[in-house]
Amino acid sequence: MTTPGRTVLAEFHPPGPADFQLPPIFGDVTKPMVLYVLSGVLIFGLFYAASRRAAVVPGRMQFAGEYAYNFVRNSIARDSIGSADFMKFVPYLTALFFIILVNNYYGLIPLLQFPTFSHSGYAYALAALTWILYNGVGIAKHGFAGYFKLQAVPGGVGGPILLLIVPLEFMSNILVRPVTLALRLFANMFAGHLLLILFTLGGSYLVFESGNILYAPVGVIAWLLAIAVSFLEALVMFLQAYVFTLLTAQYIGGALADEH
Amino acid sequence: MSSTILAAEGLNPLVPHVDEIILGVVVFLILVFLIKKFVVPNFEKAYAERTAAIEGGMKEAAQAQDEAKAALEKYNAQLSEARHEAARIREEAREQGAQIIAEMRTQAQEESQRIVTSAHQQIEAERAQAVQSLRREVGQLSTELASRIVGESLEDEARQRRTVERFVADLDGSSNGSAN
Repeated sequence: MTTPGRTVLAEFHPPGPADFQLPPIFGDVTKPMVLYVLSGVLIFGLFYAASRRAAVVPGRMQFAGEYAYNFVRNSIARDSIGSADFMKFVPYLTALFFIILVNNYYGLIPLLQFPTFSHSGYAYALAALTWILYNGVGIAKHGFAGYFKLQAVPGGVGGPILLLIVPLEFMSNILVRPVTLALRLFANMFAGHLLLILFTLGGSYLVFESGNILYAPVGVIAWLLAIAVSFLEALVMFLQAYVFTLLTAQYIGGALADEH
Repeated sequence: MSSTILAAEGLNPLVPHVDEIILGVVVFLILVFLIKKFVVPNFEKAYAERTAAIEGGMKEAAQAQDEAKAALEKYNAQLSEARHEAARIREEAREQGAQIIAEMRTQAQEESQRIVTSAHQQIEAERAQAVQSLRREVGQLSTELASRIVGESLEDEARQRRTVERFVADLDGSSNGSAN
């Protein structure tokens, strides 16, 4: 693409990380910051409005709120942590799931159109909190040594092989988990958004700026692909929120478990 | 133009802005707190009330069913009692009827007996009376006959009595002799 036809009107710049660095709206406040705070207000506002009446026979609003809340409460928290302890973590997991979900879907909403987690800092923040939480509850329950043994020493393994297993288990359960959590979310959102930018801007370039009429149909195909990618992204956005929350719940469940 | 490209290439998206991490943590923790404080208790309260309402409704229904069953049993018991009572009364009436008939019969027999007895007595008394008056009349007749036959007036009382006595004694003797 960087070597277009004979007549070059404008050079095409493929989108890159620089496209994610939007100019601040005012002062140091950037668009993702505003969107992130807005998501918090939105989630609490909707949930509060839905749960405020706490009626035995729910209205439409409460029913929808209960449906959303139950999805996290039952399908994620209770199934992963077990019915004895899960209620303590329901607020955290609910907030986690919906803040990721809303911020991801910002990427598809016209005008907003920016997935907050394509800025790695937000993903790091949530992954760090999850890391502190599951290690914290594990240490609180089993003590420091007990928790280390639970996470790093698998049951039924003895002898010199432990020299190999223990560092590996420690790495995968303690060190790598927060990194994969954060990177999975960040990279999916970053790549998805980049793909959308590429198809839409590339299409625009081919149709309007390439100067070659033969490129125009290809540009239209690029736009169609952008629409298709948007639907794919809609799925990915939900899945990332689900996976992040589900893994958090399973890490908590694993840290509270009695046996490895 | 080349400077922007260089800047873009030097930009590593994996390196975060520190203020974004801080904002990410703070906003999220506030959201967790708000949900824990205001949303979860309301939903859980609604669930608990709903469970209680459903269980209460089921308990009430079971209670109503028990009550209905108890009422039915009571009515059935009353009905069979009434049937027994009716049968008993019928039986009693039959017995009483039989008793009355028997009583009436004995009474009638007694009455007829009494009537027969009194009739016998009356007849006896009348016969006795008739015998007595006959005897007196026979005496008079015979006295009158005797005086006529003898021709003498038996005015004198002593004589008259003597004559009568003699006659009666004779009569008695003859009647005794004839009876014997």
